[in-house]
Amino acid sequence: MAVLINGFLGHKYSHDLAGRIAFGSVGLSFLCALTVFMGVMADPTPREVIAYSWIFGGDLHVNLGFLIDPLSAVMLMVVTGVGFLIHVYSVGYMHGEEGFTRFFVYMNLFMVSMLLLVMGNNYLVLFIGWEGVGLCSYLLIGYYFHKVSAAKAATKAFVVNRIGDAGFLLAIFLMFVNFKTLDYTKALANVGQLSTEMATAIALCLLVGAIGKSAQIPLYTWLPDAMEGPTPVSALIHAATMVTAGVYMVVRNHVLFDMAPVAMATVGIIGGLTALFAATIGLVQNDIKRVLAYSTVSQLGYMFLACGVGAYTAAIFHLVTHAFFKALLFLSAGAVIHSLNGEQDIRKMGGLSKKIPITYKVFLIGTLAIAGIPPLAGFWSKDEIMAHAFVNHYYVLYLFAAIGAFLTSFYMFRLTYLTFYGQSRVDPEVDKHIHESPPMMTVPLMVLAGLAILGGFMGVPPEHGWLHGFLASVATPLGAVPHEVSMGTLMGLMAVAISIALGGWGLAHYMYSVKPGMADEWSERYAGAYRTFLNKYWVDELYDAIIVEPCKRLGQIWDWFDQNVIDRFIRGIGHGADASGAGITWTEKHVIYAGLNVVGYANHLLAWSWRKLQTGMVHHYAAVIVIGLFILVHFLFVWLLGTSVL
Amino acid sequence: MSIPLADLVTILPECLVVLAACVLFVLDPVMPASKKDFLAWMCVGTLVVCFFITAAGMGEKTFAFSNLVVVDSYASFWKLLLYVVSGMTILLSIGYLKEERIDLAEFYGFIMLSLTGMMIMVSGSDLLVIYLGIELMSISLYIMCGFKRFEAKSIEASAKYFILGAFSSGLLLYGISLIFGAAGSTQLVEIAAAVNARGLDDPLVLIAMMLIIVGFAFKVAAVPFHMWTPDVYQGAPTTVTAFMAVASKAASFAAFLRVLLEGFGGVKPNWSGLILGMCILTLILGNIVAIVQTNIKRMLAYSSIAHAGYALIGVVVAGWMGTGAGVASAGVSSIMLYLAIYSFMTMGAFAMVAILRRGGLEGEELDDFTGLAKRHKGAAFLMMLFMISLAGIPPTAGFIGKFYLFMAAVNAGLTWLAVVGLVFAAVSAFYYLRVVMVMYMREPSSEQELETRLALSPTAMVVLAFAVAGVVFLGVYPGPLVSIATSSALPLP
Amino acid sequence: MDVPVEYYLALSGLVFLIGLVGVLVRRNIIIILLSIELMLNATNINFVAFSSYLGNLAGQVFVFFALTVAAAEVAVGLAIIIALYRHHESINVDDFSLLKW
Repeated sequence: MAVLINGFLGHKYSHDLAGRIAFGSVGLSFLCALTVFMGVMADPTPREVIAYSWIFGGDLHVNLGFLIDPLSAVMLMVVTGVGFLIHVYSVGYMHGEEGFTRFFVYMNLFMVSMLLLVMGNNYLVLFIGWEGVGLCSYLLIGYYFHKVSAAKAATKAFVVNRIGDAGFLLAIFLMFVNFKTLDYTKALANVGQLSTEMATAIALCLLVGAIGKSAQIPLYTWLPDAMEGPTPVSALIHAATMVTAGVYMVVRNHVLFDMAPVAMATVGIIGGLTALFAATIGLVQNDIKRVLAYSTVSQLGYMFLACGVGAYTAAIFHLVTHAFFKALLFLSAGAVIHSLNGEQDIRKMGGLSKKIPITYKVFLIGTLAIAGIPPLAGFWSKDEIMAHAFVNHYYVLYLFAAIGAFLTSFYMFRLTYLTFYGQSRVDPEVDKHIHESPPMMTVPLMVLAGLAILGGFMGVPPEHGWLHGFLASVATPLGAVPHEVSMGTLMGLMAVAISIALGGWGLAHYMYSVKPGMADEWSERYAGAYRTFLNKYWVDELYDAIIVEPCKRLGQIWDWFDQNVIDRFIRGIGHGADASGAGITWTEKHVIYAGLNVVGYANHLLAWSWRKLQTGMVHHYAAVIVIGLFILVHFLFVWLLGTSVL
Repeated sequence: MSIPLADLVTILPECLVVLAACVLFVLDPVMPASKKDFLAWMCVGTLVVCFFITAAGMGEKTFAFSNLVVVDSYASFWKLLLYVVSGMTILLSIGYLKEERIDLAEFYGFIMLSLTGMMIMVSGSDLLVIYLGIELMSISLYIMCGFKRFEAKSIEASAKYFILGAFSSGLLLYGISLIFGAAGSTQLVEIAAAVNARGLDDPLVLIAMMLIIVGFAFKVAAVPFHMWTPDVYQGAPTTVTAFMAVASKAASFAAFLRVLLEGFGGVKPNWSGLILGMCILTLILGNIVAIVQTNIKRMLAYSSIAHAGYALIGVVVAGWMGTGAGVASAGVSSIMLYLAIYSFMTMGAFAMVAILRRGGLEGEELDDFTGLAKRHKGAAFLMMLFMISLAGIPPTAGFIGKFYLFMAAVNAGLTWLAVVGLVFAAVSAFYYLRVVMVMYMREPSSEQELETRLALSPTAMVVLAFAVAGVVFLGVYPGPLVSIATSSALPLP
Repeated sequence: MDVPVEYYLALSGLVFLIGLVGVLVRRNIIIILLSIELMLNATNINFVAFSSYLGNLAGQVFVFFALTVAAAEVAVGLAIIIALYRHHESINVDDFSLLKW
């Protein structure tokens, strides 16, 4: 076990120029993870390894320790496995890019943080990893720092994440106050003592954190923008691993959520809404990576929905399969972009299936998987989520999920058709240079394609698959009544799911292959809806309008105050004093009066101390001190005597 | 009449520091210019000796000079911190002063005198002594602010600091005179007795308390008594700014807490309510206004205001109604921890600013950091580390400090205050990371491309190494510091 | 005849206020300095008055310290003002606003 930990921490030192050590070390940790995984398979009881005592003092005692149980073992496999493949791919993809080393340093830092996140045995270690992945994501999104949009996207991602983190940290504090410990095992064992209100409060705070990290409504806007980063980053961080951290956290704390039905319902509703909402936006986007980004948001919505209906195993199942096929899709999209010399607009693609056959095939596999065509991975996991929603009587959520699934299938096939079929709309200049990617990139793609095909079978047959047995000890809802669902219902639901997927495919086929003009026609006919989708419901603009703009406006008001009100006020005092010399003039009385009659001048004070009494003039500062003093005295009097002294 | 030897032994570190300052002032005119560095090293040596003396006496509680001075673990903790910070300032100044061509050894003498003032502040148990300490510290700082006397900004900063500082200590002194009238003594113990007996219904006590709070709030730069901070920080020589931002703030907080808890412990709910208001205002203003700054020293000034706001959370906790002694002392120890950590990261950030000084031009506009990552990888990386720590992102030490403070607030039932703090900590990431973004994500201008020189003296490297070690080590393994802070927190009645 | 201590308090309060207002409204930096001195002297009146009222010598000791500190402060202050005058050719505080915002 110690070797294992060393292996993970070893990444930090892999500042190797070639990046080979980078993926080598990830590969090594993958092997370690594999060993661990085998160990856990043999004996699924949770094990804790404590590295050292990290924080102590007072009643707070936190160890830097790791917890290995089936849940973290599964996450480990996903993170290191997919991470390894993506690292291999990146060596090919990033070849010749400036800052190659920097890239791998960040990637490895990310892996370390992510492993801390999934392996930590207490909330604080989880939080460290949580912030660490956020930081690495920030650095990696801003990797192309010469692009202004990249820098902006990076900042946006980070600030939005910080909002979520604040919620998470608050949950940690509440947890500590209630349990006096931050270890999962001890805290979650005592959940029963909590009142429902407290459990709900903690669960909702956790949810805020999860929403921020996993890009759910209303904090999802950063994820599509995050596509400014290099494609392997999008694949690793913004599809396969980091964004699923929120799901991991919810599942990890499912005991808490089970106690708080309100929080559960919130999770489900947010998930369902996000699944549907993001899918509609995905319908009309033209940037290949943005389509995938919205599809990620939407798929994460499914996972949250699964958590919301208590289907934790299904959530993790979908997390795993999603990691496979979404990494596959992103990487093959990266391969497309690579071969088209950086072109990302699908309107400038088309007819690529002949030119880059391997990429085409793996992309198609990914599409089939995400659309839910059996027997590929996505079908099993998505179907299980929908079945759970249905049999637990969340029919509205089921409806959301079903429509979302239809849309998913539609926009993914739209993407495939526009990219790989039909007439080539590629810039002739670029067209000449189209080439298949090097094996360094295609081999990981093929491995992932294999996983996308076969990955679903670990959850087959539904409800009794191998994965369910494996995760039973950690992801079974508290007090769940195992109700047997008849095979008929399941089959029916499966049939519905298949027909939905095929329907989406069919429609896409019809619109983009059989009658290519139809899409444009529709977009004109439903111009309103089209524009709404294309502009992402104007959510970014909305946030700008209600949050960013008012802040700026406030700044302007401060400026105005400074230039007009305060300046005039001060100049008035100055004139008065000049005119009368040392004698007591009206203005001086006014000053004293202002000091004494604090209430009347509270408004002035607000404006004054707010921002720009910073006139650079000493006596203004002194005046603020005096007025502050009077205010303090006044408040104390009011407090003590219950009346105003003035 | 003679002074008992035991009393002198108790204040041995203070004596040594003053002695070093005096020796320095005497030797300065007679030493050849090339040997001036020796004087700086003499000061550092003195500090090292003092460090060991204080560390050895840790844990004992000794009164001296008929209870005017107390040396307890609380005072020792702060003194140790102050030695480290002063030592770092001196080491940083050796290179910086040469760069600025104000290479006068007096400077180190003033640092030592100022340090003496701070040491007296933290171990004074009588308002007279604390007042003298404050004045010794402040007067030395006024002079140090104007050390670049050929530069209008520096002198102006000095004048502003002087006028406002004298004004605020006038308020403080008036408060002390009133409390003397009420208690018949300036000893904190007797003040506590008088406050308990009379309560705040006595206007003398009330006004005295207000004036004293204002006097200290000015020194720690809490809103609305913060106005001097940005101006003075910007104008003063960078190493002095660092010293003010760290050492004078720490010492003021130490004395503030002692006066509030030991002197005015009887009316805790009243002052903690007031400080709560100041704390929130400070958090809001410090963090929001920092966003729009373009001068890095001003930005750090507002950031130091904001950090004072975080530390005030601890003061509020220490005095909050209905908190048990354990929670209240957790409030005190979390301030100690926070300011210790804050010292390292702020020292580091200012050291970077000092190092970036480019021939004749101050490297203190945000634009001067543009594309630093291209020009000086290591420097940019260190600056990023300090910024991340200031923003409170784990695994750096800044996170640990904030974590303890907020935890203390939540334990005291002030969850909403912790939420306010968290929100503004999230806001603060914005302006700290802007520095990171400017360094890493912008191309340096061609002119900057050519400018490759860093004013990096070997001693400055030592300072940076210290700061980095503090930021990283205390982040990864804060245990020892936490237990020291916990065990040396002020004993509460 | 004894003068009640309240009278001294009122006097010192008045002197303190005059000093305070002086700092706020005057522009000449020397006069501001003198106003600060007024504030400190108001304090001294307090100390002496209380000292005699309470029969406690500590107050008068405090006055000595306060006077010394005030003298040191003025010495440093005047030096700063001279340096300032060399740069600005003025001792009007309105002229010193290089550092703002």
